[in-house]
Amino acid sequence: MKAVYEKPKSLTDVVTHYCPGCTHGVAHRLVAEVIDDLKLEDRAVGIASVGCSVFAYDYFEVDFQQAAHGRAPAVATGIKRVHPDSVVFTYQGDGDLASIGAAEIVHAAMRGENITVVFINNAIYGMTGGQMAPTTLVGQKASTSPAGRDPDHSGSPIRVCEMLSTLPGVAYLARVSCHDARGIMSAKRSIGKAFQTQLDGEGFALVEILSNCPTNWGMSPVESLEWVKEHMVRYYPLGEFCTPGEGE
Amino acid sequence: MSKRWVFDEDRCKGCGLCVQACPEEIILFSDRLNRSGYRMPEITAQDDCISCGFCARVCPDVAIEIYRPDGGRKTENSRDGGR
Repeated sequence: MKAVYEKPKSLTDVVTHYCPGCTHGVAHRLVAEVIDDLKLEDRAVGIASVGCSVFAYDYFEVDFQQAAHGRAPAVATGIKRVHPDSVVFTYQGDGDLASIGAAEIVHAAMRGENITVVFINNAIYGMTGGQMAPTTLVGQKASTSPAGRDPDHSGSPIRVCEMLSTLPGVAYLARVSCHDARGIMSAKRSIGKAFQTQLDGEGFALVEILSNCPTNWGMSPVESLEWVKEHMVRYYPLGEFCTPGEGE
Repeated sequence: MSKRWVFDEDRCKGCGLCVQACPEEIILFSDRLNRSGYRMPEITAQDDCISCGFCARVCPDVAIEIYRPDGGRKTENSRDGGR
């Protein structure tokens, strides 16, 4: 028998704490597959964020450093500059990256730091109980927007890729979605390119992965992926916003 | 013949994404619960599995591994499955 799909070596055997159907698990696996494919087990250094993905260091078989809330790109900057041979990636959710860490991500991108950012956008604060995030869609219900997000009161959601795409230091930017097998395969290709961008020394790379939160959205896992497809992809268009070489 | 669909039941959280992803519709929920109390999927007919790997790809808990017999039946779906 030939293996079509096996568990990546860069994932530990620990069962994740994520809720049933949460695509954090899928994103973890894709990052681990890319680390395996590029043979980066000994060089990769992950930076864990604060949020649901706070325990990422337990799930990857590579070096990891936990950063203060939102500060993963700053920690990654330090590690990459001190150890230029390492391959440094951050793994951040939308509450971490787009809210408290908005300054860090913008400035890391502005400086063109040679790091890779894996950004999980599930349009809500998951760990703290489903509050409205900067990425929550207009009309989407959250515990702090029980009638749905009102743009007159709370503004409109941040499109992180579009915002960062104006910065010359950015080498690779892509938005992908984990709502079906095809999307997952495309997500893996983009994560691979984001790591390759760093290996080639091209500069800052970020992949935004549209993700779900069945628990805080109050949906079944299958319904939540349908919601990603129907609503999130409409507001957050998929595709590559920057590729190496074109920004200069 | 060894199995195409290898399932680690202790990792499963019963989310059902594999049930939905299977193009052959041969993964169904069983009546059995695993150690954590989650209702587990089961494959009804190993022989009908085309080893496309979609279920493994959508599984957030890496509970499924997929194998294909050497020189075994290939389908349109299986082309992308091994990537």
